[in-house]
Amino acid sequence: MDISDFYETFFEEAEELLADMERLLLDLDVDDPDVEDLNAIFRAAHSIKGGAGTFGFTVLQETTHLLENLLDHTRRGELSLRRDIVDTFLETKDMLHDQLDAYRNGGEPDAEAFERISRVLQQIALDELGQQKAVTKATAEPAAEPAPAPTPEVEAPSQPADEQATQDGAENAKRRLSIALIGVNDKDRALLVEELQHFGTIVSQSGDAQRYQVSLESAESQDDIEAVLCFIIEPEQLSIEVDGSTSPGAGKEAPEASAPAEREPAEEAPAPVSESAAPAIPEQTASSEPAKGQAAPARAAGKSGGKSAKGSESSTIRVPVDKVDQIINLVGELIITQSMLEQTASDLDIVSHGPLVNGMNLLQRNARDLQEAVMSIRMMPMDYVFSRFPRLVRDLAAKLDKDVELVTEGKSTELDKSLIERIIDPLTHLVRNSLDHGLESREKRKAAGKSPTGRLTLSAQHQGGNILIEVIDDGAGLNRDKILAKARSNGLAISDTMSDDEVWQLIFAPGFSTAEQVSDVSGRGVGMDVVKRNIQEMGGHVEILSKPGEGTTTRIVLPLTLAILDGMSIRCGQETFLLPLNAVLESLQPQAEDVYSMAGDDQLLKVRDEYLPIIALHHALDVVGAKTELTEAIAVIVQGEGRRYALLVDDLIGQQQVVVKNLETNYRKVPGISAATILGDGSVALILDIADLHRLDRRKSQQRHETKRQYLQEVSQV
Amino acid sequence: MSQQASTGVLVNEAASSEYLVFSLGDEEYAVDILKVQEIRGYENVTRIANVPEFIKGVTNLRGVIVPIIDLRLKFHLDKVEYGGQTVVIVVNVDDRIVGIVVDGVSDVMSLSPDQIKPAPEFGVTLSSDYLSGIGSLDDRMLVLVDIEKLLTHEEMQLVERTAESA
Repeated sequence: MDISDFYETFFEEAEELLADMERLLLDLDVDDPDVEDLNAIFRAAHSIKGGAGTFGFTVLQETTHLLENLLDHTRRGELSLRRDIVDTFLETKDMLHDQLDAYRNGGEPDAEAFERISRVLQQIALDELGQQKAVTKATAEPAAEPAPAPTPEVEAPSQPADEQATQDGAENAKRRLSIALIGVNDKDRALLVEELQHFGTIVSQSGDAQRYQVSLESAESQDDIEAVLCFIIEPEQLSIEVDGSTSPGAGKEAPEASAPAEREPAEEAPAPVSESAAPAIPEQTASSEPAKGQAAPARAAGKSGGKSAKGSESSTIRVPVDKVDQIINLVGELIITQSMLEQTASDLDIVSHGPLVNGMNLLQRNARDLQEAVMSIRMMPMDYVFSRFPRLVRDLAAKLDKDVELVTEGKSTELDKSLIERIIDPLTHLVRNSLDHGLESREKRKAAGKSPTGRLTLSAQHQGGNILIEVIDDGAGLNRDKILAKARSNGLAISDTMSDDEVWQLIFAPGFSTAEQVSDVSGRGVGMDVVKRNIQEMGGHVEILSKPGEGTTTRIVLPLTLAILDGMSIRCGQETFLLPLNAVLESLQPQAEDVYSMAGDDQLLKVRDEYLPIIALHHALDVVGAKTELTEAIAVIVQGEGRRYALLVDDLIGQQQVVVKNLETNYRKVPGISAATILGDGSVALILDIADLHRLDRRKSQQRHETKRQYLQEVSQV
Repeated sequence: MSQQASTGVLVNEAASSEYLVFSLGDEEYAVDILKVQEIRGYENVTRIANVPEFIKGVTNLRGVIVPIIDLRLKFHLDKVEYGGQTVVIVVNVDDRIVGIVVDGVSDVMSLSPDQIKPAPEFGVTLSSDYLSGIGSLDDRMLVLVDIEKLLTHEEMQLVERTAESA
């Protein structure tokens, strides 16, 4: 086993910690920050630093170290937050993310960027803490404040060598730690001992799997060691204590500092305290008692916070997605087998086979429950998506100089993981659009009698088998005339009598943008068409609702999951097909007087006040033996990609839930067909692609038309 | 109906490779046995519209949707019947599972390199692109089909080229 096996764990944890950090930073009330939040941010930075150190990610470690120092001062109230400081913290967080990515891809992070951010962080430290220090020195020193003298530490990181020296000298010198590993197997133990060697010199080691004792001479704090070891084992399996005797290395330490600095860690002080206390040692000797009193609550907070975080961690497990998919597939098979059995059992006499029929019913219920439970594994809350928008909106609003309030609704609405990942990009685009084009500038809003702060709402909700995700702004709304003018100049087919809905759909045309100026936020005209395409690929569609002066709502409608589909099974000739239920509007028996023909071949069906084109399924898919007489067939009114038409089929069989099977796995995309499924009798049924079926029929009609024309030409030539 | 194909055959020479021999009409063909996953009967195939005639449709192979190709139609044989003897050889090539319909499976043959002659240039029906040679065994002639090349060949329209050939 290699230490690099743990890289992935570290990267994932670090990523989560960074996400937490960002969320907390964004929520932070600059004027009155919550101490718990500050502690949590600090802990996140600290954990990343610990891990980065272990795995030898030096740049990451140094950056987090700088950030951690500032955060430490912040949480102890020595550095008062300002908006620009929070901005810098956020920027640092982004930088950390970049560094993490670089390490993840086996590269080295951008050194220039690192230097730049280091300088910025150091500057803040110098500016803010320099003044603070003066104030503290003058007023607060005699009081209970553990007044830090942070200057030496803060300057240090500019020269890493110096930093090392400073830390070695002034910080905790080498102590002897007694580390007990409880219930750790041989393999992990070997790894842990190897890890410990990085921290210092192992003096002795002995014991068995039950309890293994390692005596280590190290200058690192217990918390650092614990943080690192806990990548491999549970915190309960570990106990670290400081041996009473000081190791010979302690001689280096400043004599007056040795006493308090040592006794304090002896009471298993967490690293943040001992480390941050280090620069303050000279002063601390003078007021060692109050300092301890001050340190205690911080330690308690740190401890309890750490506990709860670990508690929630152990209640989840990381599972690779393909394992989950495998389970979902297997359960799908189980459902199919179950419905096969059910079909067979339904022919049996219920009196003579009572127990079997009962058992079948039970099996059905259990199988459905199992399916539901398994499907829910893949479900993730929309919060996963929404949580990345506060930052985006904040940055963008600042850039565009607009005041924007972001409201999110329905964060806990769940959506399939594969969809949730693919919805991020389109949604980001829509949010950017709303901010740039939708919301007006402060002046314009005031002139229109609206609050100068624009309101952007992200909402998610379930509706039947669909999820509705909406991006709502209370901006100016879409400008019909402007869109029409732009469409005309782009050569799109338009007419002035188009309905609003049709006009709004124009903005999804490729290369369409009404922004007069191309900004780096939006306006290049790539995008809305990509948004639409992405969402259609996910089996959903986009609608736009807009009212001049009141705002625009972009609504994305998506199926909850791609793995299971509510279908309507239909018959055509001897073949069975499935229609996605959400595409079906109604079905009816066409009456001869409602059928109108147009331009020879095409036929229209009048449904109430609407004329819908008729597409015969047997025509599009060459089904033999289907009912060709219009009035004998059933017309299913379907809607796909905003197009509505009447699909002629022989019979409706019924509604059923089916497991969607990809055709492309072993075959390829088939025109007019979106996927396949396995029916109760084990046979394969094809699931129709409503929009594509329309295109297919168009193509076939054209071909027929062409052949007919050619034939007529030939005939006339003879 | 289905049975495992690769049982009960001894490997005698290291250099020789084994082939599954199948018949199409009166002709004998052979495919590399390592590509064969299983042999099963022809049943329950769902037709797909607007595809070449030799693609019979798709079937359910233990929960996996598998396309079925009739090689007799592909090779333009006169007599194409579906009966109890009609067999589907399920092959696994290029990470895809495909079933091919043949008239019957006879045996498994071991062919050494000197028994394999290069394939001559054929007419239009059978491109030598997807033939790996002619196997001669006493008085029998086996047409060795490179099933991987055949199934991924453009004219089979089994695989969407656009994404992969780029």
